[in-house]
Amino acid sequence: MIELTTTRHNPLIDPSLHVWEWQIPVYLFLGGLVAGLMIIAGIRLIVLRPSRREALVCCTIGPLLGLAALSLGMFALFLDLAHKLHVWRLYTTFEPTSPMSWGSWILLLVYPALLANALAHLPEAIPALARRFPVLVAISDFILARLRLVLAIGFANVALGVALGIYTGILLGALGARPLWNSALLGPLFLFSGLSAAAALLHGILVLSAPDEERPAFADFLLSSLARVSGARPLDPNAGPVLAGADNSFLTIELALLGLFLLGHLTSTAVHRQAAGLLLTGPYAAPFWVFVVGLGILIPLLLQTLELTHRIRHTLAPAVLVLFGGIALRVILVAAGQESHWFHALN
Amino acid sequence: MSRFAMVIDTRRCVGCQDCVVACKTENSVPQGYCRDWIVEEVHGAFPTPHLEIRSERCNHCAEPPCVSCCPTGASHVHDFGGVVLVHHDLCIGCKACLAACPYDARFIHPDGYADKCTFCIHRVAKGLDPACVSVCPTHCMHFGDLDDPTSEVSRLLASRTHHTLLPEAGTQPRVFYLT
Amino acid sequence: MSTDQRVLNAAAPSVSRRRFLKITAASVAALGAAGTFAESLSNGKPAEKGLRQVPTFCDLCFWKCGAIATVRDGKLWKIEGNPLDPLSRGRLCPRGTGGVGAHFDPDRVRTPLLRVSERGQEKWKAVSWDEALDFIAARMRKIQATYGPESFAAFVHGIGGTFLKHTLKAYGAVNIAAPSFAQCRGPRDTAFRLTFGDDVGSPERTDIENAQCLVLIGSHLGENMHNTQVQEFATAVGRGASIIVADPRFSVAASKAKFYLPIKAGTDLALLLAWMNVIVGENLYDKAYVEKYGFGFEQFAAELRPYTPEWAYPETGIDPDTIRATAREMARYRPATLIHPGRHSNWYGDDTQRVRAVALLNALMGSWGRKGGFYIPSSMDVPAYPYPPLPKPSKPKIESLINKFPFAGENISTAIRDATITGKPYPVKGWLVYATNLINSLPNQDETIRAIQQLDLLVVVDVIGSEIAGWADVVLPESVYLERHDEMNPELFKHPFIALRQPVIPSPAHQKPNWWIAKRLAEKLGLGAYYPWNDIEDYLAARLKAGGYSFDELKRQGILTGKQPPIYFDDGAPATFDTPSKKIEFYSTQLAQAGFDPVPKYTPPEPGPPGSYRLLFGRAPVHSFSRTQTNPLLSDLMSENSVWLNAAEARRLGLNSGDYVRLRNQDGRLSNRIRVKATERIRPDCVYMVHGFGHTAKGLPHAFGKGASDAGLITRYKTDPLMGGTGMNVNFVTLEREA
Ligand SMILES: Nc1nc2c(c(=O)[nH]1)N[C@H]1C(S)=C(S)[C@@H](COP(=O)(O)OP(=O)(O)OC[C@H]3O[C@@H](n4cnc5c(=O)[nH]c(N)nc54)[C@H](O)[C@@H]3O)O[C@H]1N2
Ligand SMILES: Nc1nc2c(c(=O)[nH]1)N[C@H]1C(S)=C(S)[C@@H](COP(=O)(O)OP(=O)(O)OC[C@H]3O[C@@H](n4cnc5c(=O)[nH]c(N)nc54)[C@H](O)[C@@H]3O)O[C@H]1N2
Ligand code: SF4
Ligand code: SF4
Ligand code: SF4
Ligand code: SF4
Ligand code: SF4
Ligand SMILES: [Mo]
Repeated sequence: MIELTTTRHNPLIDPSLHVWEWQIPVYLFLGGLVAGLMIIAGIRLIVLRPSRREALVCCTIGPLLGLAALSLGMFALFLDLAHKLHVWRLYTTFEPTSPMSWGSWILLLVYPALLANALAHLPEAIPALARRFPVLVAISDFILARLRLVLAIGFANVALGVALGIYTGILLGALGARPLWNSALLGPLFLFSGLSAAAALLHGILVLSAPDEERPAFADFLLSSLARVSGARPLDPNAGPVLAGADNSFLTIELALLGLFLLGHLTSTAVHRQAAGLLLTGPYAAPFWVFVVGLGILIPLLLQTLELTHRIRHTLAPAVLVLFGGIALRVILVAAGQESHWFHALN
Repeated sequence: MSRFAMVIDTRRCVGCQDCVVACKTENSVPQGYCRDWIVEEVHGAFPTPHLEIRSERCNHCAEPPCVSCCPTGASHVHDFGGVVLVHHDLCIGCKACLAACPYDARFIHPDGYADKCTFCIHRVAKGLDPACVSVCPTHCMHFGDLDDPTSEVSRLLASRTHHTLLPEAGTQPRVFYLT
Repeated sequence: MSTDQRVLNAAAPSVSRRRFLKITAASVAALGAAGTFAESLSNGKPAEKGLRQVPTFCDLCFWKCGAIATVRDGKLWKIEGNPLDPLSRGRLCPRGTGGVGAHFDPDRVRTPLLRVSERGQEKWKAVSWDEALDFIAARMRKIQATYGPESFAAFVHGIGGTFLKHTLKAYGAVNIAAPSFAQCRGPRDTAFRLTFGDDVGSPERTDIENAQCLVLIGSHLGENMHNTQVQEFATAVGRGASIIVADPRFSVAASKAKFYLPIKAGTDLALLLAWMNVIVGENLYDKAYVEKYGFGFEQFAAELRPYTPEWAYPETGIDPDTIRATAREMARYRPATLIHPGRHSNWYGDDTQRVRAVALLNALMGSWGRKGGFYIPSSMDVPAYPYPPLPKPSKPKIESLINKFPFAGENISTAIRDATITGKPYPVKGWLVYATNLINSLPNQDETIRAIQQLDLLVVVDVIGSEIAGWADVVLPESVYLERHDEMNPELFKHPFIALRQPVIPSPAHQKPNWWIAKRLAEKLGLGAYYPWNDIEDYLAARLKAGGYSFDELKRQGILTGKQPPIYFDDGAPATFDTPSKKIEFYSTQLAQAGFDPVPKYTPPEPGPPGSYRLLFGRAPVHSFSRTQTNPLLSDLMSENSVWLNAAEARRLGLNSGDYVRLRNQDGRLSNRIRVKATERIRPDCVYMVHGFGHTAKGLPHAFGKGASDAGLITRYKTDPLMGGTGMNVNFVTLEREA
């Protein structure tokens, strides 16, 4: 037994670190989601080539949502800053050792890449908008007329998506002071969690926009009004199963990474074992097992498997669960990570 | 070049917190915050416990993770003695450095920037000891240059057993505790 | 950090402050504490720019360390030690450094206050100084006329009381006590006077820096922050001196010790007798010294015979081997072996005899008058002010009439309290209380309150709305030490010096210094003739001039030092003992004649109710008694106390560190809630807490209800029959979990 007492009493630091509240997990989640959307969009763009023009949930709706999510995420990050007026200082320097600096610059590149991806097929996805702004058609034509450009946009989205997704994990992983985050697996974990969230989101959108008889009743009103303003045609419904399948792979990989992540801690020092204990048996165990592993991964995995084997209809449930699980993962990891400590291990 | 360091004799320290009060007045540390603090670590059981009392603060690490994680360059290693400092004007208050410091040595000042011990560089530049060192009634704290083999800190480190905090964190602290 | 929190932190000293302000809005507003922190911050002259340094001396406790205050742009910035001062040697203790907060204390009383409802309800009307002093003078005259001036008593603590005492003596008062005698060092001073013919004094004449073996019996140096002692203690530790600590609690000092003796509380005399038994039995004492200076050694040695280490073992819990080993350790380093006499020595009611054993053990070591033991102090000669002669008292002081406590060297606070309650030997109808929070410093608060209810007048001079101020009829707000002159301090110390206290900054509101209050009150009482000077600077200048010192130099430096005469017998310091035998009295004929044990005898302490813990208390380095809990700097470092409980006991009770409990004492008295500190640093049969917390005064919104009060649980006390000291470690508590 070691008795440790300290007279320190700094706000946000004591009794344990709690510098980050909801803003950072939300930012990390949205960042991961955007990363997933980018990768899916990029791959879809590359695979489709300019040859086919159809309303594309992955290439257009995804990136557009990505732009919104990214802005929301950056706003959450902004809200977290204690010295908001100085936020521009992020862009007067590049600090190669700082993941946050990398992140802020990556975010700057993500915007044009996402936008380019969205613009490539925008006229098909939202005809009403294209009718209002003919220039959108011109841009789309311009892009799709150039194979190299299309490929560049596609690969840029994939590359930036991977970077962004991994970065959201590295941001925590690089903070060696918090044992729970001491893992190189956090990058891939957050990347695959982001991918699964993105796939689930797109899949969910497809469920919502499925032909009348198949879509949930409550979506009718929403969709009909949306369709009225956008003049949209049905989105590519055959992408649904592909997305669900992909999502299953992402979830499986995520689960494996999570397992490896915990295993890594359990086979490491006492400090790390204790950190992992926060998730396994400690105060965060219940929400972790229930919301992240159970509801966030296993149940959607099951549901989507049933969907894919046509035992049940495609529903919104997996999308909602996966998205919620993605948020829960970050909320819990950020909170538990801040609580994990080198010194506490002494007690 | 010089490398400033603090050497604190835990045998003499009584944990009185004078170093904490002095820091608060000298540096106008806002109420409710502290740049230095006292830790009491008890091993063993009554009636033969062992108590180590330490006056702790930023360790002015030679490998400071708070600096490497800072996205704006606000946290930096100063040329003068390798002291780790924060430019208030560059700091956006992202708190990455707070999370990066294994010693929880930093806090967010009510004015929005990351703050912590400066090794009282404003005093050291004038040839004075840091405020905490200069008031300590037990004379258990010493400040000086590790690169000068004749300095008191170098001599103490050469002649006495000592330890740093969390050496396993790889930060190479420059606050040393004589045992 | 959330914006809300930031705004709060920036705007107000603490969140809880707001809450307390709400709770006590009415009374607090009357006290004037409603003025915000920010307001008091801006009270320095805004016009002033730059740095200014003023030497003075500290008043956060009674050690009186020389300090230098720095004012930056008209605002008090920091306080550091004065390197010229032999007490501080340029370094203050944390309280001294935090003295800045005394000036900025948000709970300061800002104007004189007159009570407008029942006593103790703390409802006030702000009045002018003239109104307040006229009121006091009228009542004092009435008491004088009806009962005689002896019926007006005073409790005065610290150097700031000098002039008020002068006024009171001019008025004819004879009963003027301080809790620093019967509640503090009285038993020790009496014991040493009986043995060596002289006091240990304050600052203590202990030569800790040169001691090679230092024995601390309870003295918790390092938590007790009496500056010079702590500095010297650290020097001794740094030198590798052999340190022996006997304490039921593993104190900070114990952590530096070569031998830690986890003694059962209240059995120290058994340990001391056993040590002496070994030392005498094994012929380890300083024979030459004892032969030369000692009286009654043979009787003494004979008395010691039964007290073997084997006998002491079951009493103290310290095994015989350890007792022998530590006795031999002491003998090995004599005469540089210092058995520290302690200071707050009133523990169990047999305290004078216990400390006499300490004195005798020192005598065996030959440490009195020797290097590393007790040096012979000296002071600079500053003639007293040539006042007109004071009136002869018409009645003797209370202690002389009650035929108790034959060896009390000073007035006994609790004897005045008893007389106030009983009206015997004569009625006491008025109290003036200066700088002592009697509610928290005397044992048994009920008795203090009962006494107060008998009074026609209670005047309290304080700086904050303390508990005793809450009971007053009139509260007079004093300027804090940084804002005033005081009597100078020609200290009796190892190195003779004079220290000056002078104002650093103006008072924030209508507060006045004690000398002004004392002089003005004397004038209102028609005693103006006793104040032939106009202003304290005239007074100080006159005294210094008479002694041949330069006032200007003293103002500039804060300290004047003189030549140091020899301080050890071996260097020619006179070896005189002001006892009846003119020797060190191993056997005390005085005590024998008065019917007391001439050589200390042991009686075991009475145990408490089964399942209870003995309540022990002491100091935290960052607080002084009950006076610093509202100091914003110091309360930031420690805002509440905790109750130390042995870790195994805590496990047994299912309590964890940080849990809140209430303490209930043997008489059913329940404390405020207090956090548990479950620790390996204390015996399982006692609990410990820091004195001074658990404030109940509405006038202290910043400390109100934080932590628990030891004083509130000290309903019982055992009075030392020799000198009237009140042993307060005789209370027992149980812990009740707070939901
Ligand atoms: N229960 C318990 N009782 C104890 C003790 C204990 O440890 N526990 N300790 C005992 C000992 S050792 C001692 S020495 C005594 C100390 O007893 P006190 O001297 O009564 O100690 P404090 O509680 O500090 O009360 C001092 C009062 O003076 C006020 N004051 C502070 N500065 C000034 C000033 O500049 N001017 C004026 N006018 N007032 C001022 C403070 O606000 C406070 O109300 O207590 C004794 N009583
Ligand atoms: N920071 C700070 N320092 C102070 C003061 C202050 O208010 N604050 N006050 C000053 C004053 S006026 C005084 S009188 C001194 C008091 O300081 P000391 O004279 O050092 O204090 P005590 O109250 O005698 O001792 C308290 C210690 O005695 C132990 N103890 C309790 N009961 C027993 C027992 O039966 N036997 C033994 N062997 N030990 C026991 C306690 O565990 C604790 O460690 O402090 C002075 N220094
Ligand atoms: S001032 Fe010195 S003795 Fe006191 S706590 Fe600080 S380092 Fe320790
Ligand atoms: S102690 Fe913490 S804040 Fe100080 S240099 Fe090291 S990592 Fe940075
Ligand atoms: S809070 Fe300030 S100093 Fe710390 S990492 Fe962020 S920008 Fe750098
Ligand atoms: S060096 Fe200066 S800033 Fe650092 S803890 Fe000491 S007083 Fe505070
Ligand atoms: S011991 Fe501390 S509080 Fe007491 S006078 Fe000295 S500096 Fe002031
Ligand atoms: Mo005392």
